[in-house]
Amino acid sequence: MSGQVHGAQHFDAKKRAELKFSDAAMETVQTIIKRYPEGKHKSAVIPILHIAQAEFDGWLSPESMDYVASILNIKPIEVFEVASFYSMFNLKPVGKCTLEVCRTSSCWLCGAEDIVKYIEKKLNIKDGETSADGMFTLKTVECLGSCGTAPMLQCGASFHENLTYDKVDKIIADYKSEGKRKSYTDLDYKNTL
Amino acid sequence: MGKKLLIHNEHVAGIHTYEVYRQMGGYASVEKAIKTMTPDQVTDEVKKSGLRGRGGAGFPTGLKWSFLAKPEGVPRYLVCNADESEPGTFKDRYLMEKIPHALIEGMITSSYALGANTSYIYIRGEYFYVARILETAIQEAYTNGWLGKNILGSNYSLDLYVQVGAGAYICGEETALLESLEGKRGNPRIKPPFPAVAGLYGAPTVVNNVETIAAVVPIVNNGGEEYAKIGVGKSTGTKLISASGHINKPGVYEIELGIPVEEFIYSEEYCGGIRNGKKLKAVVAGGSSVPILPTELILKTAKGEPRLMTYESLSDGGFITGTMLGSGGFIAMDEDTSIVKNLFTFARFYHHESCGQCSPCREGTGWMEKILKKFMNGTANEADVDLLWDIQSKIEGKTICPLGEAAAWPVAAAIRHFKQEFIDIAKSKKFVDVSHYNRLNKTKEAV
Ligand SMILES: Cc1cc2nc3c(=O)[nH]c(=O)nc-3n(C[C@H](O)[C@H](O)[C@H](O)COP(=O)(O)O)c2cc1C
Ligand code: SF4
Ligand code: FES
Repeated sequence: MSGQVHGAQHFDAKKRAELKFSDAAMETVQTIIKRYPEGKHKSAVIPILHIAQAEFDGWLSPESMDYVASILNIKPIEVFEVASFYSMFNLKPVGKCTLEVCRTSSCWLCGAEDIVKYIEKKLNIKDGETSADGMFTLKTVECLGSCGTAPMLQCGASFHENLTYDKVDKIIADYKSEGKRKSYTDLDYKNTL
Repeated sequence: MGKKLLIHNEHVAGIHTYEVYRQMGGYASVEKAIKTMTPDQVTDEVKKSGLRGRGGAGFPTGLKWSFLAKPEGVPRYLVCNADESEPGTFKDRYLMEKIPHALIEGMITSSYALGANTSYIYIRGEYFYVARILETAIQEAYTNGWLGKNILGSNYSLDLYVQVGAGAYICGEETALLESLEGKRGNPRIKPPFPAVAGLYGAPTVVNNVETIAAVVPIVNNGGEEYAKIGVGKSTGTKLISASGHINKPGVYEIELGIPVEEFIYSEEYCGGIRNGKKLKAVVAGGSSVPILPTELILKTAKGEPRLMTYESLSDGGFITGTMLGSGGFIAMDEDTSIVKNLFTFARFYHHESCGQCSPCREGTGWMEKILKKFMNGTANEADVDLLWDIQSKIEGKTICPLGEAAAWPVAAAIRHFKQEFIDIAKSKKFVDVSHYNRLNKTKEAV
């Protein structure tokens, strides 16, 4: 056992022993590792953490970080160090769909705050919280490169732009009826403009 | 109509596919370079073109390429900076999404010039779907013999990969980007050594922005001198501008450098004027880091000359009365906009994005956000304006990377040009934000 990666959180050795990527994910991991020169496989840590987050319930538990470390043959702390630096990695459980609403200048100028308030009221949650049914997490984020089509939100790999209250209603209804977890790595992204 | 070199085919159906891109003359620059030019000749054309880095700093690209160390037996790398996280900037996303092969072609031609046999495109993690589009395009390029071993039967070989980030503005800073690509936290490195000597995995590396690399294609096709005929003085060629905020037609525009700012804002060809019949109040012309300017100073320089969309004209007057072209993130604000609140969104951004290595940046960005927050909730007093000024003045030049000053400049400029707005909020002890009213197509009331 390579040990504990996050002092504050409980490390469950049994859970760790059961973790395993699907065959498809493992295949992707192998192609990713080949992108780098001999001995530089540590470069794969971010792409593989994205896969781990998608495979293991949308967040990076101490166990999954330990698992990623074992695949790359690096120390668990090297994985935690990276995971804790980047805003797209969740170190705590989140809802199936994280609605990430941009709050920066151009979006604010075009009404992003109203969109946030609308979602807060509609889902009865505050920024950073998850709805009671575990379906949605609301998160305000910084500029996502859709400033010309503001306001906007991202969910998984999909960008939803030029938001209005009606569009938000539809987006939420669609995700709800689909009922699936949305990940950045999804191939079936559905952007709406 | 201005000349377009990068996105002239943006509306051609299927331009994102290899077949259509190739039919429209795509990959000619690779053919020309590999079959008829030496790598140094390609670099010479880039030098002659006067092309300047489109990532924000505007450093001459040909010169940067000529600094690349070329020790025997050591690999060299070209890394494309597709991190695009400067608020107000979305041109690289547009280019990569609409015409992915333009970047792939530029990467191949540029890698040939630099003698790189492995190149990476580092793209911000949030653009995952764009990474998929690029990967498909790369696969098509391999299938058609533009990538891989012995390209076009020559002895030049190249492998090209896409690397996704995971949410960190600082990874747009080139040495932080390299750290991230090596699988580490995005902490900028102390320079020197510069990437040209010790970059990715310690090897000589060139880092260039997406748009810079795409511009190499028309430069090689038509010759550097032809490219340099467009533009004014040292601002040659065309530039992608991301236009957002309170304008009638937000979007990505390719302009010839040198058009008047006034034309860019008000002509139907570009932004189409300010929406809802409002008046323009201020503009952030080159992404969140550059100084904000009030209408009079963005349209005309302090000397009264028309301000042009060039590196030189926008910076005319220095930071006292000028600004910068930066990344080309052009944010327009109408007369109802609170400059203080806009600044607050920037300050919150920089605090969130500071990597935390240097105290002036880590602490300074935190304090600036905190003080601006006091303005937002009506608890600021007049002395806070001076305190804010004092803090911003203690960051520049005291940090490892330019993020610290990028956070300070917007604060300085907002106070310089709109001090009364800060004082009014401090005096009245309340902040009423009317700036976002009626922005949304409201069919229901939120609150
Ligand atoms: C905080 C910070 C963020 C940056 N973000 C980006 C970015 O997102 N994209 C980019 O091309 N350059 C960015 N840069 C500039 C790069 O460090 C570098 O100068 C650039 O990629 C060089 O390419 P160019 O010469 O083609 O412009 C950033 C710089 C700093 C200090
Ligand atoms: S200036 Fe800020 S972002 Fe740059 S290295 Fe220092 S702390 Fe990090
Ligand atoms: S400011 Fe919201 S996407 Fe850029």
